Amino acid sequence: MAYDCVVCVKQVPDTAHVTADAMTSEGTVNRAALPAIFNPEDLHALEVALSVREEYGGSVTVISMGPPKAGDVLREALYRGADRAILLTDKRAAASDTLATSYIISRAIRTLGKYDLVFCGRQAIDGDTAQVGPQTAEKLGIPQVTYLERIESLADGVARLRRNVGNGWEVVEVKTPVLVTVLDAANEPRPRAAKRTMKYKRARTRLELAEEVRADLPKAGNDEREAEIERRAETLRSRGLMIDTWNLEDIDADLLRCGLNGSPTKVHRIQAIVLTKEGYTEIPPTEEGIRRLVHELIVDHTLG
Amino acid sequence: MIEVNRKGEVWVFAEQEDGELSDIALELCGQARKLADQVGVKMGAMLPGKNVRGLAGKLIAHGADNVYLVEDQRLEHYQTQPYARVICSLVEKYKPQIVIYGASAIGRDLAPRVASALKAGLTADCTDLDIADVEDPLAGVTHKNLLLQIRPAFGGNIIATIINPRRWPQMATVREGVMSLLDPDPKRSGEVLEEKVEFHEEDFAVKLVERHREPRTVNLKGARTIAAGGGGVGSKQGFRIIYELAAAMGGAVGASRAAVDSGHIDKAHQVGQTGTTVRPALYIAAGISGTVQHRAGMEESAKIVAINDDPEAPILAVAHYGIVGDLHQVIPIMIKAIKERA
Repeated sequence: MAYDCVVCVKQVPDTAHVTADAMTSEGTVNRAALPAIFNPEDLHALEVALSVREEYGGSVTVISMGPPKAGDVLREALYRGADRAILLTDKRAAASDTLATSYIISRAIRTLGKYDLVFCGRQAIDGDTAQVGPQTAEKLGIPQVTYLERIESLADGVARLRRNVGNGWEVVEVKTPVLVTVLDAANEPRPRAAKRTMKYKRARTRLELAEEVRADLPKAGNDEREAEIERRAETLRSRGLMIDTWNLEDIDADLLRCGLNGSPTKVHRIQAIVLTKEGYTEIPPTEEGIRRLVHELIVDHTLG
Repeated sequence: MIEVNRKGEVWVFAEQEDGELSDIALELCGQARKLADQVGVKMGAMLPGKNVRGLAGKLIAHGADNVYLVEDQRLEHYQTQPYARVICSLVEKYKPQIVIYGASAIGRDLAPRVASALKAGLTADCTDLDIADVEDPLAGVTHKNLLLQIRPAFGGNIIATIINPRRWPQMATVREGVMSLLDPDPKRSGEVLEEKVEFHEEDFAVKLVERHREPRTVNLKGARTIAAGGGGVGSKQGFRIIYELAAAMGGAVGASRAAVDSGHIDKAHQVGQTGTTVRPALYIAAGISGTVQHRAGMEESAKIVAINDDPEAPILAVAHYGIVGDLHQVIPIMIKAIKERA
């Protein structure tokens, strides 16, 4: 039996390599100073899907929700072996919390029609919430299996999965469709395939094409530009190089459940942690000095 | 989702495995007790499982007024969907205003499933919770007694405070070891309410085939705070004070290679190039000179406090705070100050 796999991936700022430049003087995050990368655990999720396709047949569709720039991670997925890539982008989806995000992603997966296995990385390194996977499973009305370490077997639509729960492991059995979140310990993601990279580096989303046409034909009128975009899109499509771009209408989403409207949680306040370290603050070894230090550590939430 | 319900209780999910409450369940009780007192409502604990009635007393001693007990053969081992069914049914019936879970493997699997089903908000991995009035200048209203959900974000580079003003319950998962464990009061009284929950067949779609648990070992990697001792601690006996400091912080005990090689402490605690690399929120290095090898294993910690009697010790070069003095005098003051914070 072949399996149609969906992999949810996210483009994230590389928070593991934050430098002092990444914070502005006002203490907000300067995203421009951070490279945008393929969320690490999502690469492991993609690898699981690719190996399922190799062993049992089927397909691998990669979906990413994000700004137009997220086309980069979709190309990366194509280089490594994905069959199809879909960019889910819409300004009205901005500021979605995990509840709204999982709603939008579940709408996109439903729009695909048939699927057997949905893979997500356990969590993304910018938010570290690990919530979107389980929430998407609930919205799809399918079971979830978190913390996948390996697939023990897959036969006749029944998956036997080993999950690592920190203080031990367990093996569970579940009928597809199922959503699985994947740990980085699950596998070693394959590198890009050279031939595929040659081919798919020309893959574009419609938004990227529009940008290119604007740069190439700065003096052209609107109609002329539109015609050129359509011409280029047709050429790419005929070679399988168009990355589908979906907005909220394409997935028939209820706008009240997307973006700020659909997000019960609100950010009330952000405090930056000072990242520069120049010399140390000398604390006198007195009762007063030590108490002041402990107080400071409690106030800045270093001590809970 | 439920409406804002100011009479609603403050609840915890009482996580248990093999008939034993997890540490986090008791930590949450202490935290929820405090929040419930601030808001002026009762504190409740949801306790699903098989033959777990005996655990209710411990939850009450740790602060619960009501224990919502759901016993069923099929709840013996944690499974996402049946447990989520229990939580959703209880929340819909009693409409608590706050529900908190441990940010454990179980809590992080369960809480988002519940949040999605209830269409409620959820904040992950909080390191602190508080109650405050929050003004919304745009809407011209003040939300009374909201739960402030405080968590690190962006790889730990910022601290965000999240609120959930309109759609309740306000829910969060809370990291292990960040809330102080209150001393249990065996004289406290509370009520055990036996609850029946209607399961659906599809709740049991995932079947547990095999299960293995490992005894808890030293968990340096997962610790949010670490108290580490070096050669300067002097002896195995001397390490007691390091253990006490770690316990007061709810953190782990680390050590330098010098302390391990002298036989003061087991190698499992060793931090550094040949030991474990750590990046906790707080690393307190006591009596550690700070060789390159040791520093390589801890210098990415968010906050480093060095206690050393040598003002030239290289550890001070990577420290944010330096205390030049005798650790045997400094640490007891520190422990006292930490314990008195509440």
